[in-house]
Order: sequence, then structure tokens, then C-alpha cells
Amino acid sequence: MLSAHGLTCVRGDRRLFSELDLIVDGGEWLHVRGENGAGKTSLLRLLAGLTQPAEGEIRWCGEKITRADEEYRKNLLFFGHHGALKEDLTALENLEFSAAMDGAELALENALRALQRFGLKGREQLPVRVLSAGQKRRVMLARIATRNARLWILDEPFTALDVKAVDLLATLIGEHVTQGGMAILTSHQTMPIPGGRVVQL
Amino acid sequence: MSPILAIVRRDLLMVMRRKSEVLTALFFFVIVTSLFPLGIGPEPTLLRKIAPGVLWVAALLATMLGLQRMFAADHADGTLEQMAISPTPLVMLVVGKIGAHWLVSGLPLVLVAPVLGIQFDLDASALGVLVVALLLGTPLLSLIGSIGAALTLGVRGGGVLLSLLVLPLFIPALIFGAGAVEAHISGLGAGGHLSLLAAMLALAVFFAPWATTAALRIALE
Repeated sequence: MLSAHGLTCVRGDRRLFSELDLIVDGGEWLHVRGENGAGKTSLLRLLAGLTQPAEGEIRWCGEKITRADEEYRKNLLFFGHHGALKEDLTALENLEFSAAMDGAELALENALRALQRFGLKGREQLPVRVLSAGQKRRVMLARIATRNARLWILDEPFTALDVKAVDLLATLIGEHVTQGGMAILTSHQTMPIPGGRVVQL
Repeated sequence: MSPILAIVRRDLLMVMRRKSEVLTALFFFVIVTSLFPLGIGPEPTLLRKIAPGVLWVAALLATMLGLQRMFAADHADGTLEQMAISPTPLVMLVVGKIGAHWLVSGLPLVLVAPVLGIQFDLDASALGVLVVALLLGTPLLSLIGSIGAALTLGVRGGGVLLSLLVLPLFIPALIFGAGAVEAHISGLGAGGHLSLLAAMLALAVFFAPWATTAALRIALE
């Protein structure tokens, strides 16, 4: 369970949001909404532990995330604006490397299955630089599918995806949530996933 | 696979896919050190005298060439964020990055240095001391350089700033590295210089990754 109390985020001398409380339990997901520049990405980066809040605290299962560091990070999947893809490596190598970074074992067949599920069959051995923008996005999504994390924090995951891939990702998030996972995501679209709550910034 | 090894493996793999970067630094080293004997002329005593300094200065500058790119690509494509929230402590991953940097930019210099030393009429034992000194010194350059690379990450025109930050810190390595070879040639023995170089390396191995990690966290804010 992830909870935040009295979060305040200050960027430069602007106060983006203050006294923000939120809580997300297993089987729930949060939809963070707000205008451009309202602080959606800043909020997600705070929750991922990449930046420190000006005020307030974030707790994972009751422990402050700065203290339950390793435990929290094992359970966390953060998907930012940049997908951490290496252009010179193949899709498969990218997946393997991300898994190693997350300290997880990734069997070859699981990686191949995930790529296949996202319509990249036959392109596993191509350098990512020759793929289209949407296909690169799909490689990143395949990483989400291969990672066993309880909490997903996804920043604009639907950008540059075609209708089919949007459905696929929505299904993936839906499955994750029904299996007791948690998700926090930003998107300007309305989401076809049941059980969500909206956090308006 | 352990995350540290994974980082080293990935960085080496990427260098293999794009060889120009590593070859640029290596060719720079080879050409600069070859220009000196050509420019100064065939005078063995003078060449022997300037050899350690020239080889070490060229090694410093060759290391500087690729330094700025150490974390730049990872910063730009978001890999650094993922490293920062990896369950493995960031400092361990930074050690992996520095190790990979040394394998790519330091080790090749150590390997070609004895061949280049022949141009300066260094004898076999002096070449041996040169290799040992570079073997101790180049990791030191990568370690100190990583702090500068992390501090100037995302700064516009960071290249010049990086040189200003890092080159003064390279001076001790230069003095004792070149000094080891000079002392050996003059018959004083290189032991003292090499010990000091090793001591500096030990200190840097311990402290530099922490400093680099702190600088990277600032860059990610």
C-alpha cells in the first residue's frame, strides 16, 4: 500500500501543488489528471523517490520510502517520459538489461513472449534505432509486461501508441490491478480500465 | 547476472556497435605521441627525457576526449533514472559505469603505450615501469573524471567546464606517473612514485564513486 500525506512540490519558486494526500491499495489504480505544467510528472517522480518532497511524506506499507528503500524499489516499476531504451541495442538486449537493472531474472522465452505480445515478433534482433516511434514505445511496454512489480507508476504511457496497442496496454493494466497490483498513471485520455480513482491536480 | 556486470557488459556491447568513439581517443593518443619524435628530431637523449611527460599528457588528454559522454547518453534517454531507482544501490552501478569507461578508454592506452614508448628510445625496463604506472594511473583518471562528468551533466557548454574542473585534479597522477618513469631512467627506482600512485588509486576507488553518485542525484533533481 502506498500512501502520501501533505505532499508539497516546489519547482524553482513556483508551488505546483501543496497539501496533497493520496492513498492507493492493492487492486486500485489512480488516474492523475491536470493541465500541462500542473505537476503530474513532478508528482510521479516524487512518488518514485527520484526527488524529495518540499514537505510531506510518502509511505510504502507504513514505512517511509527513504527508509524502506530497497524493499520499495523491488516492488516499483517507474516508466518515465524517456523509456531508457538504448538505440544501438536490440529490443531483446534492452529487455535483458532492464531486467538485470531491476535485479530480476528474465528467462529468454518470457522476453520473447512479451515482445511477441506487443507485435514485435521477428524484430527482436533489430537495433532499436531502426524501429518506428510507436514500435519503440512497444518495446518499453514489453518491459512493463515482463517485470513483476506490485506498484506501477506510468507517466503518459499511451503516447505514440496506435489503437490496438492502447487496448493492449489497458488490458495489461487491468490484469495487473485485478491481480492485486497497484498503478498510478497520468494520461489526458479517459481510461477504459475499471476501478480507478481520479486525482486532480 | 549481477547488475554491475550487466552495466559493464552493456557499455562494452554498445562500444562494439559504435567503434568510432573508442578509436578516436586511441588514435588521438597514438598520433600525438608520434608527432613529438617527428617534430623534435632524432636525438635519443632528449627524446628519452621527454618521453614520460609526453606519454602521460597525451594519455590525460585522450581520457578527457570521451569523458563528457560517460553519463550523457544515459541521462538523455532516461537510463539514469532507472539506475537511480534500481534496487541495487546507485553507487554500485556507478562503479560499473566507471569500470566500463576504464576498459574502453584506459586499458587500450595502457596496451599501446609500450609500442609508442619505443619511438622515444625507452628500454625494456623503462617500458615496463611505464605500463605499470599507466595501469595504476588510468583507472585513477577514470575515477576522478567520473566526478567531473557527473557534475557537468546537463550543463550547456559543459565540455570546457569539465576540462577546467578535472584537469587540475589530474595533476598529481601526472606528476607521479611521469615521475615514476623518470626516476627509473635516472636510476633512483620507481618504487616510491608507484606506491603513491597506488595509494591515490585506493583513495579514489573508495571516495570517487560516492562523490559521483551524489553529483548524479543532483543532476536528476
